[in-house]
Amino acid sequence: MLAIILEAGVTTGAYIFDAIRTPRSKGKAGGSLHEVKPVALAAGLLRELQQRNDLDTSVVDDVILGCVTPVGEQGSCIAKAAVQYAGWDESVAGFQLDRFCASGLEAVNTAAQKIASGWEDLIVAGGVECMSRVKMGSNGGAMFSDPEFILGQKAVPQGIGADLIANLGGWSRRDVDQVAVTSQQRAARARDNAWFTSLVPVRDSSGAVILAQDDFIKPNSSLESLAALKPSFQAMGDMGMDELALSKYNRLEKIEHVHTPANSSGIVDGASAVLIGSAKIGSALGLKARARIVATAVTSSDPVTMLTGPGPAAHKCLKKAGLSVRDIDLWEINEAFASVMLRFMADMGIDDSITNVNGGAIAMGHPLGATGGMLIGIMLDELERRNLQRGLVALCVGGGMGIATIIERV
Amino acid sequence: MNTEFIYQKDADNIVTVTMDMNGPVNAINDGFIAALKETLDRLEQEPDLAGVIITSAKKTFVAGGDLNELIAAQPGQEEGVFTRTQMIKSLFRRIEKLSAPSVAAINGAALGGGLELALSCNCRIAVNHRSVQLGLPEVGLGLLPGGGGIVRLTSLIGFQKAFPYLMDGKKINAEKALSEGFIHALAADQTALLATAKNWIINNAAGSEGASQPWDRKGFRIPGGNESSPGMSQQIAMASAALFKKTRGLLPAPEFILNTMVEVLRVDFDTALTIESRQFSQLVTRPEAKNMINAFFFQMNQVAGGKSRPKIAEKHTVKKLGVLGGGMMGQGIAMVAAQVGIEVVIKDVSIESAAKAKAYAENGFAKLVAKGRMTAEDASRALARIKLSVDVADLQGCDFIIEAVFENIELKHALVKEAETMLADGGVWASNTSTLPITRIAAASSKPENFIGMHFFSPVDRMPLLEIICGEQTSDETLAKAFDLAKQLRKMPIVVNDAPGFYTSRTISTPIQEAAQLIAEGVDAVRIENVGKSVGWPVGPLALQDEVSQKLSLDIIDAQIAMGLRKPEDDPTPQGTALMRCLLNEHGRGGRVHGGGYYEYSESGKAIWSKLKALYFKEAVDSAISDADIRDRLLFRPVIESLVCLQDGVLRSVADGNIGSIMGIGAPSWTGGYLQFVNTYGLERFAERCTTLAEAYGERFRAPAIVADKIAEGANFN
Repeated sequence: MLAIILEAGVTTGAYIFDAIRTPRSKGKAGGSLHEVKPVALAAGLLRELQQRNDLDTSVVDDVILGCVTPVGEQGSCIAKAAVQYAGWDESVAGFQLDRFCASGLEAVNTAAQKIASGWEDLIVAGGVECMSRVKMGSNGGAMFSDPEFILGQKAVPQGIGADLIANLGGWSRRDVDQVAVTSQQRAARARDNAWFTSLVPVRDSSGAVILAQDDFIKPNSSLESLAALKPSFQAMGDMGMDELALSKYNRLEKIEHVHTPANSSGIVDGASAVLIGSAKIGSALGLKARARIVATAVTSSDPVTMLTGPGPAAHKCLKKAGLSVRDIDLWEINEAFASVMLRFMADMGIDDSITNVNGGAIAMGHPLGATGGMLIGIMLDELERRNLQRGLVALCVGGGMGIATIIERV
Repeated sequence: MNTEFIYQKDADNIVTVTMDMNGPVNAINDGFIAALKETLDRLEQEPDLAGVIITSAKKTFVAGGDLNELIAAQPGQEEGVFTRTQMIKSLFRRIEKLSAPSVAAINGAALGGGLELALSCNCRIAVNHRSVQLGLPEVGLGLLPGGGGIVRLTSLIGFQKAFPYLMDGKKINAEKALSEGFIHALAADQTALLATAKNWIINNAAGSEGASQPWDRKGFRIPGGNESSPGMSQQIAMASAALFKKTRGLLPAPEFILNTMVEVLRVDFDTALTIESRQFSQLVTRPEAKNMINAFFFQMNQVAGGKSRPKIAEKHTVKKLGVLGGGMMGQGIAMVAAQVGIEVVIKDVSIESAAKAKAYAENGFAKLVAKGRMTAEDASRALARIKLSVDVADLQGCDFIIEAVFENIELKHALVKEAETMLADGGVWASNTSTLPITRIAAASSKPENFIGMHFFSPVDRMPLLEIICGEQTSDETLAKAFDLAKQLRKMPIVVNDAPGFYTSRTISTPIQEAAQLIAEGVDAVRIENVGKSVGWPVGPLALQDEVSQKLSLDIIDAQIAMGLRKPEDDPTPQGTALMRCLLNEHGRGGRVHGGGYYEYSESGKAIWSKLKALYFKEAVDSAISDADIRDRLLFRPVIESLVCLQDGVLRSVADGNIGSIMGIGAPSWTGGYLQFVNTYGLERFAERCTTLAEAYGERFRAPAIVADKIAEGANFN
């Protein structure tokens, strides 16, 4: 089974030719990107991709964009809207998908699988989420507002799950705050040293720059300043969500709520786009492959803690690739909550010297559907900067799911 | 032509339909359905109908559905229930769809189906009298309002406002019903009621807005918004969590009600009615619904109705009650007695102690006045009925004396000797005790046939249960008098025979002892407590032990050993008892009032005592036992104890056991009581599970012989 999959991958190969992202900014009124509508934010990256690669867009089979809140101005297949808005050839299709926070990476993985199958040749994959304009959760869902589902599945908000993960892992408030402080310092250092080469500015239609750099980072965060913040999920927990979660985890007396806005991912606006294709199309168009997508995996785990899927997904992905933990040079785990990173490192037996080395979503924010695509670019930038070979990107996902992708420089 | 609905058309072409079913009330049964259908057929044929008034010839408006019919519905019959529910609903729908306006003239209680019928009229007018109560109390019987009540009330006043009425079954009077938007107007009396109704019809002619239901008007929106309104989905999520906190997922009725309420926010009115019928049909066949109907309706009526009272004596009314001891129990007894009009003498050793008891009553009455549940005049009259005394002579002429001093048999004996002669002829002496054998206390009495036990629960003014204990020589007449006093005090009396711990005290202690045994074996205390909570007890067994206090529990055990009532070697959970002694004697953990027990207490709350784990926890033991075994060990103990009580004749009836366990010692309502639990579990399956538990954990789990007897008879515990 494994050999066949590997062989098929080797035969066709899915290559990354380019990976870009917008900066991220506060996803509320007053955020630097609030003035940019979702279709324009996504289309801006498509235009940039076209220009950077001098791309004949009629060659592109499909544009796959993750978007977790596909309603209002993000609704009705924003991917197709962005393709048209960007002025791309009318033969290019568009496809919006939603696998919660995995959406951006799911877009990359789906694109890789389409390419690897040999049935398509060139695809743009990424995501867009303007959280300042379309509120998180505004698309509803049985998981969040159906009493039969909530009670039957013990569906608690993911922040409660994140706190539970910290409690089960024995991580204190100080431990999770330390993750946050490190993330802030690393992100600021990477930004200030211009290590984020996949970053492209957001411009208005005249070409004037609206935002060139991540402006959500708070480099002055300290353990002391973070300690003063109140836990975000205490009130919800007290209203009954804790009891609902504890009915499954009956060895815990209570849930210690440790996550605050400062050690959880930020609500931001942003978009990502990754150009993926076969070796054949690369040579035909003169595109240089920067990396190969080695393997992808998706799985699911306990929906109550909700955020423990990345470890199992990463192990599954390594197995598919025939690799071991030691074969991975750098790791990116989306910092949805600090405890997610701690749990992932524990599950994989790794430490933070090779994990999220340039910070993560706690510092820079998590534009839900776009993040997965951003992490591919960030990983690739750092592998190139350090001249390393292989990286694994993973995200925790609503409902207990986990996703992982291994990329390898070529 | 039916004669049960009286049909009268007046000169203004207004038809008054007066419901007057055979029997004491208008119940929604086959006869009612036929009469309503026939009435609607006729109304729909009226060529010049100006309006219709629906009212009742009974004291109540409509009493609701027939519970005998509902309790009979079995799994597999859901579709039939659904069809019948839809049929009844279609009749209600026809009322509100009549071309002419309809008015419910509510002359008495409109609960359940009664309110559902009223909500199907375009206008509701109620007599402003305290006998008029409105509400949808179905949830309390494990049911949901299946006659359109959820859909109409949610549509009428919105999700948030309807919530307490549907989810908690809250009942309200006519004035409150007006301010809450249930009804449109009040009337002073029956005559004014019909006049107001006619007047409303004249002002809201056919075709006018008032002659239609809000939900049948164009552009209707549910007050407070539908599911997509801002904040609503979060409100729903939090309501779900809050419900879990309350029920721990053990009661399907409020879950089904919440599901249906949310569906009302999502779909059109008629579809919502259909969903409500489906939910009803799936709920009514669930065991929890049957257990709750059985306990809270049939067995409650049986107990309250005096099935355990000997039929021999005339109903006896106590006029002068002596209360010995003004402590926690005495003061509560004095308060409830004075409240119902009994002259009370509280006798204590000092006037200060007696005065403290009166102050308790004064304070209690003030709270009732503040809540509007008692008038200030009634409160001062009640308080004036309480006399303080330090002299037994003041008890002269009491027709009933309740001794409520602390649990010391010598003291109780001394008081009997000192004051018994003060009783009026035929007067009854009752000892309030939770543990001391009545027959032994009665040994000091010159008239043991007039001597009885009355075990009140604390706080007396709030706990509804009263356990009446017959001593060996207690006469039927004495029992009847004690029962009558219990009713006079508005208590729910169960009657048991004398045995150590009677029924309630010996049963409530079993899960606590089992929890101690589990800790002693090495199981995680936090887990024991959480599994205990998952059974549905109001608090976990360890928290309950802390409230009772380890010290008191051990004192009772030691006293019973000293009195020869129990032998140390018969202790079913010796490791647990040893653990309690060790915690008390070596670690000073005697319970909450003694500074901490299994828990340590601080201003920020309570947490399991940190050293407990180091002292007892054994990883291997803890991981070897399943949650299911912990749960059944905790739950089967009181169930088996109840069966033993029934087998040994301590319990005289199954109903007394079920009601006593629910109202006195926290048996979860889903069980329908500890004896009913066995019926639901299945007697044979229960016996098998007992055998498995007995083999794994000890003989205390062996099923009592009465279970095999019932299996042989092919009977249940009824």
